[in-house]
Amino acid sequence: MAAQDQTNQLPMGQLPIGQESDSGTIFSEEVIKSLTSSKVSDRDKAIAAISQNFSPLAAEVLTGLLKGGLFWDRDSQAFYLESNGLKPIWPTAAPSAAVNPKKVAVNNRQRELLASLLSARSLFDPKVETRREAAKKLIGAPNVDLTVVQRRLAEEDDPRTLDNLKIVLAMGALKNQEGSEAEKLAALTELERLYAPAALEDIKALASGSNPELAKAATQTLKLMEARAQRLALAETLFFGLSLGSVLVLIAIGLAITFGVMGVINMAHGEMAMLGAYTVWATQTILPGQPGLALILALPAAFLVAGTVGGAIELTVIRPLYNRPLETLLATFGLSLILQQAARKGVSSMNVAVITPEFMSGQWAIANNFSVTQGRVIIIVFCLLVFAAVYLALQKTRLGLEIRAVTQNRAMARALGVHSSRVDTLTFALGSGVAGVSGVALSQLTNVGPNLGQDYIVDSFMVVVFGGVGNLWGALLGGLIIGLANKFLEPMNGAMLAKITIMVGIILFIQRHPKGLFPQRGRVASF
Amino acid sequence: MISSYVRKAVVGLAALAIILGGSIAKAQDTIKVGILHSLSGTMAISETTLKDAVLMLIEEQNKKGGVLGKKLEAVVVDPASDWPMFAEKARDLLTRDKVAVVFGCWTSVSRKSVLPVFEELNGLLFYPVQYEGQESSKNVIYTGAAPNQQAIPAVDYLLAEGSKRFVLVGTDYVFPRTANKIVEAYLLKKGVAQADIITYYTPFSHSDWQSIVADIKRIGGAGLKTAVISTINGDANVPFYKELAAQNISASDIPVMAFSVGEEELSGVDAKPLVGHLAAWNYFQSVENPANSSFIKQWQEFIKDSKRVTNDPMEAHYIGFNLWVKAVEKAKSVDVDTVLKAIVGLETPNLTGGVAKLLPNHHLTKPVLIGEIEDNGQFQVVWQTEAEVPGDAWSDYLPESADLIADWTDPINCGNYNEKTKKCLGAEKAPAK
Repeated sequence: MAAQDQTNQLPMGQLPIGQESDSGTIFSEEVIKSLTSSKVSDRDKAIAAISQNFSPLAAEVLTGLLKGGLFWDRDSQAFYLESNGLKPIWPTAAPSAAVNPKKVAVNNRQRELLASLLSARSLFDPKVETRREAAKKLIGAPNVDLTVVQRRLAEEDDPRTLDNLKIVLAMGALKNQEGSEAEKLAALTELERLYAPAALEDIKALASGSNPELAKAATQTLKLMEARAQRLALAETLFFGLSLGSVLVLIAIGLAITFGVMGVINMAHGEMAMLGAYTVWATQTILPGQPGLALILALPAAFLVAGTVGGAIELTVIRPLYNRPLETLLATFGLSLILQQAARKGVSSMNVAVITPEFMSGQWAIANNFSVTQGRVIIIVFCLLVFAAVYLALQKTRLGLEIRAVTQNRAMARALGVHSSRVDTLTFALGSGVAGVSGVALSQLTNVGPNLGQDYIVDSFMVVVFGGVGNLWGALLGGLIIGLANKFLEPMNGAMLAKITIMVGIILFIQRHPKGLFPQRGRVASF
Repeated sequence: MISSYVRKAVVGLAALAIILGGSIAKAQDTIKVGILHSLSGTMAISETTLKDAVLMLIEEQNKKGGVLGKKLEAVVVDPASDWPMFAEKARDLLTRDKVAVVFGCWTSVSRKSVLPVFEELNGLLFYPVQYEGQESSKNVIYTGAAPNQQAIPAVDYLLAEGSKRFVLVGTDYVFPRTANKIVEAYLLKKGVAQADIITYYTPFSHSDWQSIVADIKRIGGAGLKTAVISTINGDANVPFYKELAAQNISASDIPVMAFSVGEEELSGVDAKPLVGHLAAWNYFQSVENPANSSFIKQWQEFIKDSKRVTNDPMEAHYIGFNLWVKAVEKAKSVDVDTVLKAIVGLETPNLTGGVAKLLPNHHLTKPVLIGEIEDNGQFQVVWQTEAEVPGDAWSDYLPESADLIADWTDPINCGNYNEKTKKCLGAEKAPAK
């Protein structure tokens, strides 16, 4: 007990972190009782008590609590920690396998407290990422011990961590009741320079405070930070627009081939994307534990699955209906309903779970206050790759040449020995396959379920018609323009009105320019 | 020639006899129970389960010998997530199939669509989903939560956890709009500044949440503890939570309290990014209770899938079905008016260890539970009300409905009775806004 009393008297900042304190005393009888109690407030006490102990075991216990990996076994009166199975951590004589372990639960507020307690500890971690993350967590966290931060500031060499530590200190200086005016003014300048929106409320309080000098400086700081926020928001909106646009382009490329090049109105286009998304689910089910590999393997698989189904649809449903657009529309619409209901009966009427692998989640920090989501960046790049691949396939391959020949002049192409009906099937299979590939990307963003196709069919037709039927470039630019316009309109008047405005805009545009952004020229245009 | 006529006549008569005999025999032997849930279209994802739940309850009741000595017979129709079709199918059930009771509807718009049909034909509907309130019909029993049994306690929890700023995000239709209006009025009453209540509405199936989540991040990062109250419906939830995770917003930074996310919605999701976010319901599958365990076991055996989950609207149907059976047995008749008279005041155990009582306003008493999402798609209960909360049809926090009550017993017998003026607004209804 003596050792613990000693730790209690030491303020955290003066304690060399990592110094062993007696781990045997963490779980006093009282701590065990409050930690395993069903009351939330009891666990508060236990956390406070454990946080006073600086042994590595205490850090492990706090981390375990934060991650929900600390278990209590009432039968053997022992604590276990989850790390590839349950490992006993206390007491030393605990049996190696738990009999009836129960998770020690914490709520959000406690998680926040635990995170801030652990962050102060991990400021001294040798890994720079850990320190960065820890410093960021401390901004605006409750009960930060500033002396620890001060001490770290002297030793820290990573600029991003340094900036965040400075913000923590400046926020502390603002809040400090006994701080001098000069200190507060310096803190304001620092916060403005480093752009710390977390301090906005404190600065607002100063701006309406009794000290006129400080109030003036604070108002000025607020104004500058507001301007900064607007610039950041603009950059963000630009990125969001590109990202939404790339999703629209992805789903529209396939349609640009079947509708644009072949002139077939395929209402089941969305269901081809749905097939692609279900392929991801299937590959992830076959390869449990490797969601990333499964996702990559799903790309060719989805292309083949959707392409094969597309080819079969062309042979059985669409071929007998060529030159009868209304019947084609109705038949493919019926087909889309059949495919949806097949997914409902065959798999489940509920959505299926598709895992987002590591490389698709997380953010890339471009600057301290501006980061982009990794998954979105990958999808933008992926969209451009798919576009390039389809473009090259149409321009540089034998099949592409034949496709273009058949669409431009079927009779002439046949006369020159092109097997036109085979080309039709392959073209439709290609368009469907690309739709399947877009479904793989969609599986990372939205629900994978029977309704997936329906949600995107209108958007994809919109892009193709707006971009100009029969033109791949039109699909690319059309999609990006619609995406950007949508995202720039959204902050102004909400998601609902943005969507309506875009629709009205496109209707007006199509009335003036019925052939879209890039009208098809030449012989084919006269059809 | 003659023989062929005779043969035809005999066959025809025999067929007629079979049809008539069959239907007469059926009419004597069974009580018909209508199930009005979408089995195709967008809402099939949620409603198919409820259809199966009612089928299970009927099967169970028939094993016990049915009701009033007669077997129950399910009549399942598919309104296909199409609101006007809900009204057509309801009319079919009541006039053609002559069902004694209907269990059905999910969205408020489908309920509003069948309401006139049930009132005109004097049918009986059990509606199992939490909804926006501001309604009480003689012909509907609301077994889901009214706003004071979900939204208000949820807001209380967030306030107690220290949230000072609130972002209300919802799908643009009647439930989120009304629920948010009540929540906003309540927050203002609790001293939250108008500027600290920010509202967003999105279209159905909204999938691109980048801008709104970035806004939430900005609002939450501006120094005041922020919470999100989500009335996002169905399919739009997954992309929303995925975007929150993608932009590194964890539940301890900005918790999201959802009113429409349950076990079933989570079973189609990789739940890791959602851990710690909240939901308010009257039932969670994780509640440990003998009645609940046997319900879960029965359900998984019925559906032949040991991983299928149970959820709040299923419990609502469980309670509603048992109440109806009790009322029919008490009234010794399936006549709607007699059953309605018998059902008010009846009690039946719920699945969380308490008792559900049917109040004169056709709502139930329900416990309110707040759960945090765990990585297995289940909820860990972090808070619950001490006792069951009586459902309030008309919100006390909106000025236009503060004086209104519903009471379907004598002498009031009115769904929108003004306590101040002592007048029943009747068909004129209360102002919808």
